[in-house]
Amino acid sequence: MSKRVEVRAPMSGVFYRRPAPDEPPYVEVGDTVKKKQVLALLETMKVFQKIKSPAAGKIVEIAAENEAALKDDDLIFVIET
Amino acid sequence: MFSKILIANRGEIALRVIRAARELGISTVAVYSEADEESLHVRTADEQVCIGPPMSARSYLNMESIIDAARKTGAEAVHPGYGYLAESGKFARACREAGLLFIGPSPETLELAGDKIRAKAVIGEAGVPVVPSSPDGVASVEEAAGYAAEIGYPVMIKASAGGGGRGIRMCADEEALREDFPVARAEVKAAFGDDCLYVEKCLVDPRHIEFQILADRHGNVIHLGERECSIQRRYQKLIEEAPSTALTHEKRAAMGAASIAAARAVDYLNAGTVEFLLDRDGNFYFMEINARIQVEHPVTEMVTGVDLVKEQMRIADGDRLEYTFDDLNLRGWAIECRINTEDPDRHFLPSPGTVAQYRPPGGFGVRLDTHLYQGYDLPVFYDSLVAKLIGYDLTRAGAIRVLRRALQEFTIQPVKTTIPLYRKILDDPAFQQGEIHTGTIKRFVPDEEDDDEDD
Repeated sequence: MSKRVEVRAPMSGVFYRRPAPDEPPYVEVGDTVKKKQVLALLETMKVFQKIKSPAAGKIVEIAAENEAALKDDDLIFVIET
Repeated sequence: MFSKILIANRGEIALRVIRAARELGISTVAVYSEADEESLHVRTADEQVCIGPPMSARSYLNMESIIDAARKTGAEAVHPGYGYLAESGKFARACREAGLLFIGPSPETLELAGDKIRAKAVIGEAGVPVVPSSPDGVASVEEAAGYAAEIGYPVMIKASAGGGGRGIRMCADEEALREDFPVARAEVKAAFGDDCLYVEKCLVDPRHIEFQILADRHGNVIHLGERECSIQRRYQKLIEEAPSTALTHEKRAAMGAASIAAARAVDYLNAGTVEFLLDRDGNFYFMEINARIQVEHPVTEMVTGVDLVKEQMRIADGDRLEYTFDDLNLRGWAIECRINTEDPDRHFLPSPGTVAQYRPPGGFGVRLDTHLYQGYDLPVFYDSLVAKLIGYDLTRAGAIRVLRRALQEFTIQPVKTTIPLYRKILDDPAFQQGEIHTGTIKRFVPDEEDDDEDD
């Protein structure tokens, strides 16, 4: 029985899919992730926060664009567990 | 004097520079990113130019775009504020090449001051005390123990390759050093592939004392007294004051002279700050030179009566400094709190949002430098410093009373700010006695170790 788990922005900020501009993204659609695995970064007022997976599963959707300015609670990832 | 200035910054410091320029009859050009259309500096300046998208790398750090804006508006001078391009030798050079007057030191001085190790060496050679250390690299534990005995315990073992705290060991005595040296070497080798270690004197709970300096084009260098900035968290200053309770008249004179020597050693021009650590025995050591106007400059202005930003413009224009520290009638005490939109109860997590409720303090002895206004939407792209609240009175106890009262009046809602933290610190008996050092903040904020608890 699979379940859809949503990952949302904990606050507004700039969304980064990569640890650095010249490095590959943390995750792609179809990747299997572990609980607490880092999925992305969120930069708010020059402070970086790690966006971590709330559950083990598979990334089925990446709703946010790299470097987009997100609002609090915007949808970022959908994970199927 | 030049007639038009471009301010290559945003926020409270852009406003500060606009105000100073206006009082000198200089016309002002604000630059702004697409996220800052509603910012106060944009509304306050005489002209405004959009220089790019929200992210700083594409706007406030975009040299080409800024120089272009200066050309288009006919600005003759550029004030960089602090942060962003303020200490960029490359930007200062680009301004020079574009025929713009950069309000700050020369590109060469900026580059030297920016290279902390080189600056320390050059300034140490000029006779200014620096934190004693072995001259780069000790090959064996015997050699390390030799240097440690020379400079005195406690010492720190540090990695030349450095970074992230790896390889750093505090050794209280020789026994600890003999035990830790091989461990530090192994750790450093694993982390950086280079096992070069050096030994540096470890100062226990030092104070951070810095001196404001001004230097003109005619060889005059003066200092304007000290600022005490010991209340800091992770090397970010939170509360600053002038003068410091720790300095006697003689110590102030000695550190002032050292500051001037440091400035001369790097051929300094314009306003700058020489930072020192002061240990419990009254020994002071040069740390670094900040080649810009600093966030905490208002406390010096309040006690000296000198408008430092206007002095910057005057000096840049070729005017002479015709006074020294001894000519200033220093009076009273000033204390500044840096108000950030951060939650002090949640590890200083940023707190963006709309300032729905804004009620600034006022009254006798209160100075407020801020770009906030009711309804302002705090952009997520920039620093969380939103206001500097300065309390002034003839005595330190009086300045604390003014500041406590002003913090009580200050309403910024619903975003979280550091105001509640400052109320606690100002109520603290040790703070009120002036018994502070760079570790004092630990008593007021949750343990730093907990920051990344779920990693």
